[in-house]
Amino acid sequence: MQKTKIAAEVMMQPKGGPAGLQGKWELFVKDMKRDKNLYVLLAPYMLLFLLFTVLPVIISIFFSFTYFNMLEFPTWVGWDNYAKLLWNDDVFLIGLKNTLIFAVITGPVSYIACFVFAWLINELNPKVRAFMTLVFFAPSISGNVFFIWQIIFSSDSYGIMNGFLMKIGIIYEPIQWLQDPQYMMAIIIVVQLWLSLGTSFLAFIAGLQTVDRTLYEAGAVDGVRNRWQELWFITLPSMRPQLMFGAVIQITSSLAVADVAMALAGFPSVQYGAHTIVTHLVDYGTIRFEMGYASAIATVLFVLMLGSNLIVQKLLKRVGE
Amino acid sequence: MKLAIRLKRRVNRSWQVDLMLFLVLGVFGAFMAVPLIYVINNAFKPLDELFIFPPTLFVRNATLENFADLFQVMKNSWVPFSRYIFNTVFITAAGTAGHILLASAAAYPLAKHKFRGHKLLFTVIVLSLMFSPHVTAIPNYMIMSTIGWIDSYQAVIIPAFAYPLGLYLMKQFMEQIPDALVEAAKIDGASEYRIFWQIVMPLVKPAWLTLLILMMQMLWGTDGGSFIYSEQLKTMHYAMGQIIQGGIARAGVGAAVAVIMMSVPIVTFVLSQSNVIQTMASSGMKD
Repeated sequence: MQKTKIAAEVMMQPKGGPAGLQGKWELFVKDMKRDKNLYVLLAPYMLLFLLFTVLPVIISIFFSFTYFNMLEFPTWVGWDNYAKLLWNDDVFLIGLKNTLIFAVITGPVSYIACFVFAWLINELNPKVRAFMTLVFFAPSISGNVFFIWQIIFSSDSYGIMNGFLMKIGIIYEPIQWLQDPQYMMAIIIVVQLWLSLGTSFLAFIAGLQTVDRTLYEAGAVDGVRNRWQELWFITLPSMRPQLMFGAVIQITSSLAVADVAMALAGFPSVQYGAHTIVTHLVDYGTIRFEMGYASAIATVLFVLMLGSNLIVQKLLKRVGE
Repeated sequence: MKLAIRLKRRVNRSWQVDLMLFLVLGVFGAFMAVPLIYVINNAFKPLDELFIFPPTLFVRNATLENFADLFQVMKNSWVPFSRYIFNTVFITAAGTAGHILLASAAAYPLAKHKFRGHKLLFTVIVLSLMFSPHVTAIPNYMIMSTIGWIDSYQAVIIPAFAYPLGLYLMKQFMEQIPDALVEAAKIDGASEYRIFWQIVMPLVKPAWLTLLILMMQMLWGTDGGSFIYSEQLKTMHYAMGQIIQGGIARAGVGAAVAVIMMSVPIVTFVLSQSNVIQTMASSGMKD
């Protein structure tokens, strides 16, 4: 079962039976009639899902091959937008580089943090556990409270960080944290990590609570000597489904860094120090209204997100096999 | 459906490592909590305390000045402030209710029946978890302007109905309902609609609360994005953003705003935590 690939599932169809085309069609109609109530239940959600998620992806891919400004009729330009993106748009390449840096750092770190904190919290007694879950989860549901980091890293001496560092005498002049590309990325990464203990973190907490307790006792009898071995041989393999779900959530959000970057470093940021693929998309899509070009950016982002997710899923399926 | 009751286990634990690990947890817990504690304290600081050098974390003489100032600012807003509150509450309530209803209705056939296309549909849902809404933002704007929904509530509410994560979690949770229960109802002559509404829905209450938290997190904090332009339709988040941008003099008011905005999702989570955890236990990706 574990080896079944998602792509393979797309291909799979219910068995048509031995009869010919005629028979298959009759069987199809019969099935549809039998299940019509189920399709009725599915229809409202699926129609909206098609309209607001599936169709947009198709539209985006289509328009990425056109020049379109929302006023004139779109004209077909072939691969021009992609060629321009990769060879003539230095700002996009900065955005791509920053996005990959963010993703490579915040993706794995947040994923491991979600698991490690969930694992530690799981050792506590239920009341403390509920409290600590709230402490770690709260930032991710607090909406735009991350603006507080702007005050913490404020460029004058009233900023907490500057005030603190000046008081203990490490620096004598306030540092322009969010205007200096040297610090910008690091600060956004910290804030992004602060916000990243969300859905996957809860999934891990929940997953840990459902690991069969008797496995640990059986493990102890079979020679599991400490908590690290317990983690590696019992806990992690039992949690593979949650780990795979968490990976999807963390990868997708780590490639979509934009809101925090725009709120903290400004838009556009100094020397494009915090420019990402998504901020580039916002620039072309909502300010310059170059929809064809913006669609190409969105398509690149789509391929990047889907591709890295599918690769990581494949790798995670191999763990422990 | 209930989580197994956790038994105390003492195997393979040493108190030295326990202590070390809990210190780690404490340090990072402080990192998570301090910014929020700071905002909450700032909301109660009088003006002179907000600008002390070096800045302090905790409030000394707590005051409600900032909240009073906030109401003053609200009174002077262009559109009555109650309008912004209404917009946010309406968008959140309608979007969440519609999402729970539609996602559950679609999750039931996917979780409990094998019909033509069920694998394909679920695969598409899983694939859609693998990219963020940023990818679809531009075409969604085009679609909204084609169907004439720009600058309306429904531009924000209706797409929320079909948010994929909710359907995914609901379907995974529904799979735990014993097939025998559904079969028995069918033998008794109940229609699929009745089975869904009277048997399945009451059993998945924990999942409703989870979808509620997810939607709330999204809709409570929405500023209308690129879809809403009229002042009358704008949300509280947008109005609060304007107040915060009022500059350094409004630092205290800004903190008061933040406390009000964050308290609603946090309180909701506190009240529903055990149900949410119960739902997330079934979130795993099986294949």
